[in-house]
Amino acid sequence: MTTEQFASFSDNAVMFAGIVYVLATLGHVVEWAATLARPAAVRSAVETAVPVGAGAPAAASSTASPEDDQRSVRIETAGRIGVALTVVGTLLLAAGVVARSFASDPWRVPWGNMYEFTLTGALGVAAIYLALLPRMRLRWMGLFVTTFLVVVLMLANLTLEQEAGPLVPALHSYWLVIHVGAAILATGAFAVGALTAGVFLLKAGVERRGSTRLHGLLEMFPSSDALDRLSYRLHAVGFPLWTFAALIAGPIWAEYAWGSYWNWDPKEVWAFITWVIYAAYLHARATAGWKGKAAAIIALIGFATLLFNFVGINFFFGASSQHSYA
Amino acid sequence: MAVTEKAPAAAGPPQPPALSPRELLRWAWRQLTSMRTALLLLLLLALASIPGSVVPQSDVAPVDVARWKQDHPDLATVYEKLDLFSVYDSPWFSAIYLLLMVSLVGCILPRTAVYLRALRTAPPPAPRNLGRLPAYTSVESGDAPDVVLERARTALRGRRYRVSTGDGSLSGERGYLREAGNLLFHVSVIVVLVGFAYGQLFGYKGGAIVLVGNGFSNSLTQYDEFAPGTFFDPDDLPPVSFTVDDFEAEFLTEGPQQGQPVDFGADLTYVETPGDEPQDYHLEVNQPLLLDGMSVFLVGHGYAPEFTVWDGTGDVAYRGAVPFLPQDSSFASFGVVKVTGAQPEQLGFDGMFYPTYSFTMERGPFSVFPDALNPAVSLLAYHGDLGIDAGEPQSVYDLDTDAMERFEKDDGGMFRADMAPGKKVTLPDDLGAIRLDGWKRWVKLQVSHTPGKGIALTGVVLALVGLMGSLFVRRRRAWVRVVERDGRTYVEVAGLDRTTAGEGLDDEVRELAAAISGRSATATLPEDPAPEDDRKADR
Ligand code: HEM
Repeated sequence: MTTEQFASFSDNAVMFAGIVYVLATLGHVVEWAATLARPAAVRSAVETAVPVGAGAPAAASSTASPEDDQRSVRIETAGRIGVALTVVGTLLLAAGVVARSFASDPWRVPWGNMYEFTLTGALGVAAIYLALLPRMRLRWMGLFVTTFLVVVLMLANLTLEQEAGPLVPALHSYWLVIHVGAAILATGAFAVGALTAGVFLLKAGVERRGSTRLHGLLEMFPSSDALDRLSYRLHAVGFPLWTFAALIAGPIWAEYAWGSYWNWDPKEVWAFITWVIYAAYLHARATAGWKGKAAAIIALIGFATLLFNFVGINFFFGASSQHSYA
Repeated sequence: MAVTEKAPAAAGPPQPPALSPRELLRWAWRQLTSMRTALLLLLLLALASIPGSVVPQSDVAPVDVARWKQDHPDLATVYEKLDLFSVYDSPWFSAIYLLLMVSLVGCILPRTAVYLRALRTAPPPAPRNLGRLPAYTSVESGDAPDVVLERARTALRGRRYRVSTGDGSLSGERGYLREAGNLLFHVSVIVVLVGFAYGQLFGYKGGAIVLVGNGFSNSLTQYDEFAPGTFFDPDDLPPVSFTVDDFEAEFLTEGPQQGQPVDFGADLTYVETPGDEPQDYHLEVNQPLLLDGMSVFLVGHGYAPEFTVWDGTGDVAYRGAVPFLPQDSSFASFGVVKVTGAQPEQLGFDGMFYPTYSFTMERGPFSVFPDALNPAVSLLAYHGDLGIDAGEPQSVYDLDTDAMERFEKDDGGMFRADMAPGKKVTLPDDLGAIRLDGWKRWVKLQVSHTPGKGIALTGVVLALVGLMGSLFVRRRRAWVRVVERDGRTYVEVAGLDRTTAGEGLDDEVRELAAAISGRSATATLPEDPAPEDDRKADR
């Protein structure tokens, strides 16, 4: 194939990935709608026994009527379809990202500009979500993750789309692969972690105050304890990856490219800020009075700095940052 | 009135009790080394880092700082007082991270002691009622109790538990490396900072713009900007010299990314110590020249138009190439020419160099391509006093026009000297003339030496290793008790996770039980004929 063919293949694959993610979102919407339509008593019996998406037999089904059984099957099916479509969409997206590598001659990693960073970032989030889904029982977040992916792909296509081309010389280095690769994986873990921390805050608030309008909705999620643990584990995956990306691979490469390993360039400053805040999050979890809610808020602030670094720096500090390839 | 109201309120904020100085000191130390203080200092450090990303930093972008000061003359003095142009070596920033370091040391030392003690202590004996632990199972075994216990010991050891023996029971603990990893991580943070500080104090970093064809010898006067560490002596600069023989840049000439650089590099001939054979090196981004005690990096390039300027008396007052600074990716570049020797008045020019000149009514002049395919300059001209003797150091890239007057055309319009190479433009009022002779390229080189790099790198790698241990090693306790009841042997296995996010504890306990009993089916331990009330026993 020629580079143009790769480029248009990539565009198509990304477009189809977007469409499949929309369908996946619909699957999860059906899952949610059916769950919420269930009578509250049955619902909570089932939910407390098995978190949504555990894939385990519904423990409470023996007490439920045949109608409820049927509904449970429908919920389970819709959820599974959502996940299956997410897998398909992610494969398409991966194909699109890989094709993008071959859309320039010689081939290169698909991390040359904001459009490509965003695509790969979305792929990172999807990959981390799918990889951890079975072990950490993440199906309750299917609706959010797929919606997020749809929105990100749409934004990427509408505002950032850039035709394929070779890398600027500053990026000619295998450290690009290592540094950006680790940063993208870390971003994926932090994104899923932030989602968990956010839901934890909602759920913990409701559990403290007792029943509210949101109550039925929040029964869809695991218990706040489980969410808190999950959030910790996701951040525990993200933090070493980020440490490696921002504080090891980044400086080594910077030393090669710019002659000093730490320049206090805005992008570096914000990567450092993100790192310090996530370190604070890990501390908060072990500090009396900061566990739980305060820690979750710190995690969300951490993610905000990460996003700001990803998007904001290029817009606000474009000219003065050596990291501006937008 | 307010006072009388306040008086009875005894429950105000908790006051530190009246303490002797020594107690006070100890109290302060405990505060400083508490986990909460560490947390607050971390958040404070993050907050304190922000201004340096918003305000230009004189270490990183001295030109931007100068421009910023010019644009905001009122704020500049305030900012300067607050060290906002050099946040990362300001006293207040240093204070935060020094406090954090003190807190860190104060935290590591006692924790290391605790850890070493824990290493020498046997795992705690089995609690009376194992059934109350978070994970518990019981299995029947066909073997005699001591056989089972021996098998239990092997099974626990096989899973890397440290085992101690009780009365008919075993206690196991594992995951000691978690705390070791945590300590290693925190120590490594200090190592990294020491390495970093060492580099900052004893290293140097300088930047120089060198015209292609010109040479550079490593001494202070040759640098445009130079940031030595506090303890760096410029006499220690290694006596390296080199010439930039050639520079080539290749840009995409077609396609949507037209104009994007594909490759650029410079050919150097360098002499490491005077008297050595000259050697060649092809310098590129990501391909620095690494020498003993200094490294040379290619960090930028640009154009230097060459001018000849005649003054009002008809003499040649200036001839040479002037580096212009690229303003965008098309390399439209801004620069100034200062002719200090011009008579009767000094002359100054500022304006743009366009490597591939083009013009439209909407945009005015611009460059369509970064390569010099159709070069041209467009300058404004001034006469008067350049202000160079006023004592204030001036940037070579800015023209101080306070004491100068801009040339105007006879009709009062703005006078512009628009020139392609070879073209000469005469200034109004017989004050002189300027000619664009041609252009050269320049390269921006960064020269630096950062001792302590190895220390910092070792530190971060160790930190990462420690961190992985600290985050992923599971600290777990397990207990096994063998009970004989009604002539049968039962094995009880229980586990406790000592980390925040234990997973798989149940599985481990079940697997242990199966391995020890030799069977996989669980069997409920029959009621003890004389049940003890162990409700009070703690777990
Ligand atoms: C430069 C400053 C510091 C950084 C970057 C830092 C970073 C970290 C990180 C990333 C962890 C997570 C490891 C884990 O969760 O197991 C951690 C844990 C911990 N840190 Fe720090 N730390 C710093 C300073 C301090 C200080 C000053 C103290 C003393 C009060 C301290 C005490 C602890 C303790 C006790 C833990 C274990 C928490 C747990 O059991 O989860 N750290 N630190």
